[in-house]
Amino acid sequence: MSAEAQAPAQPVELREVRGPSATGGGSRRFFELLWLISATEFKKSFHGTAFGYIWSLVRPLMLFGVLLVVFTRIIRFEVPNYPVLLLFNLVVFGLFQEGTGAAVGSVLAQEGIVRKTQFPRLVIPLSSVMVAFFTLALNLIAVFAFILIYGITPMWTWLLLPVILLLIVVLTCAVSLLLSALNVRFRDVAIIWTVAATVLMYGTPIIYPLSIIEPSFLRDVLLANPLTLIFAQAHHWIIDPEAETALQAAGSWAAMLPATAIYVLTCVLGVWVFKREAPKIAERL
Amino acid sequence: MAVDTTQDGPATPRGRDFDAEPVVIEARGVTKSFRLPVNKISSLKEQITTFSRPDYRQLHALRDVSFEIRRGEFFGIVGRNGSGKSTLLKVLASIYAADAGRVRMAGRLAPFIELGVGFNPELTARENVELNGVMMGLERRQARSRLGAVLEFAELEEFVDMKLKNYSSGMLVRLAFSVMIQSDAEILLIDEVLAVGDAAFQQKCADVFHEMRDSERTVILVTHDMGAVEHYCHRAMLLHDGEVRGMGDPGEVARKYLRLNFESAPSSGEDSLGEVADIVVGEAWLQDGAGRRAANVEKGEELHFCAELEAKRDVEGPIFGFTFVNPDGVEVMGFGVPKEDLPERVAAGERIQIRSRVENRLAPGRYVVRCWVHRNRNISDIVLYSPHILDFVVFGKDEAGVAFFETEVEFELKEGEAR
Repeated sequence: MSAEAQAPAQPVELREVRGPSATGGGSRRFFELLWLISATEFKKSFHGTAFGYIWSLVRPLMLFGVLLVVFTRIIRFEVPNYPVLLLFNLVVFGLFQEGTGAAVGSVLAQEGIVRKTQFPRLVIPLSSVMVAFFTLALNLIAVFAFILIYGITPMWTWLLLPVILLLIVVLTCAVSLLLSALNVRFRDVAIIWTVAATVLMYGTPIIYPLSIIEPSFLRDVLLANPLTLIFAQAHHWIIDPEAETALQAAGSWAAMLPATAIYVLTCVLGVWVFKREAPKIAERL
Repeated sequence: MAVDTTQDGPATPRGRDFDAEPVVIEARGVTKSFRLPVNKISSLKEQITTFSRPDYRQLHALRDVSFEIRRGEFFGIVGRNGSGKSTLLKVLASIYAADAGRVRMAGRLAPFIELGVGFNPELTARENVELNGVMMGLERRQARSRLGAVLEFAELEEFVDMKLKNYSSGMLVRLAFSVMIQSDAEILLIDEVLAVGDAAFQQKCADVFHEMRDSERTVILVTHDMGAVEHYCHRAMLLHDGEVRGMGDPGEVARKYLRLNFESAPSSGEDSLGEVADIVVGEAWLQDGAGRRAANVEKGEELHFCAELEAKRDVEGPIFGFTFVNPDGVEVMGFGVPKEDLPERVAAGERIQIRSRVENRLAPGRYVVRCWVHRNRNISDIVLYSPHILDFVVFGKDEAGVAFFETEVEFELKEGEAR
């Protein structure tokens, strides 16, 4: 035996194994996984259908067509450029709806990965939101083509669109985290959410203008919905500079407080609940 | 089974010196328990309508488990179902968080504990290999560059762009095994994967395991298969009820495991019938013609099967029976202690030694020995049923059938009617 082999053990540096977490395994791995999984999921959602991407546009377009007929032929809203506003709102709201809808059951659906690999749990709901975002990005191209065809002249405020999208994406992520973590404990969260999402859709002035609601308790409730203010501002920036800004819609800075507080609270709650639940998810499944 | 049966012992001496190697995995007092609700609450309504706190049963999966593994070791973890081995593996892999104690590790760990986890059936092999690589912590480019080696080992080059859902289960397992082997993880956690693929691929896997034994890689293998433990592992650990019950030489640990298994078998209900252990199997083993203990026998070689049983209580009119079961679950043969040799009764504390000589007509393969003890000279009055008191391998050239018989064949060519 060589002298080398008999040398005393050279201790190597040991690192602590801390167990599962929301983001465990290094940030580069986290983002690579997030990107790869979102991209493959996105590709997968179109694969095997003849028209591929077209289908993701058909759904909001169908809804758009029905609502357009209802609200221009049957009930009339005195809103300039109502059709383009409706289309824009439906497509952007689709991000929230599809993102949260896919995320709520995502952790349960990925049971195999969660229970048998060391996998950053956060990637799972976030990739659902990413997929919804990819769809939105594609759809927005069509929407803006439609806006131009409709005769709306481009405005510099269009450059502020990313602000709107960021606000909605962050909220979608927060709600997705909250729902996907809770759904592991209580399986009926997913079912409740399908109803709640529909309620939220009508609880956000996207089909109808906020201005038709008289000052009342109902209007206060709508104003407490962060999405209301985001869509009001989007209306002002993207479709019609004459339309009320979020501030004007609310009436005062103080009136914007409830919505802002709910927005921030949702984000904090989502992150906190997910972080707290993440280490235990594998055991609860 | 992937165990190479043509050689009796390990290819290299077991005494590879690991004292000079650094410790790469260190577990100190690892404890983990699960709260199992007696009635699982998984809906809000139940949560609201259940006024009292739900009843929980505390399940101690791991109690104060400590061990050290040095670089390059092939370390076996054995134990019955529910002994905590899989939980331990999940704690090591950061899938579960330990309640107490600490685990420290050096080197990249493959984050899988089972083959093929994380495969997406809707994606092609190419995409899955990349995804798996990224899961292992590789960069995407690195992950892609491994594709060739992975497919070559799995012998699936032609199917690189086929979706995994169209793969056969054998192909899937080959791909999964190959992804694991070709990863550059320094520490591998493997949970029962030895029996994969067809015979040729099994041989390949066996070669890989042999290679790993002698490489720098640290491997933790969790298995029920004592043959594999003795064959591959440098060291092994026995877990029972979440506690470490043995550590050290794989052969020693394997024997302890078997002993433990049979002692507790009658009361466990998991794989036994009797409720009270009137008789327990102390030990069971094979001997060769010269009286030496043997783990395996060659095809056709005379087989001596021995067992030692111990009576815990008085048993009237006992009957003892054994059967050999082949890998397909077929009881190939059975034998008992001849009636005229059976005692009237066995008293508590008495030991029963059974030695048998069996004409070995068994086809090559792995066999499991089952043991029955009845009382009152009544076959239906079972005192002990142990489905697995010993397993052994018959090695040699395989031919058709579950057994072979000396056959004389005559062959003659006769001329036909000339036309």
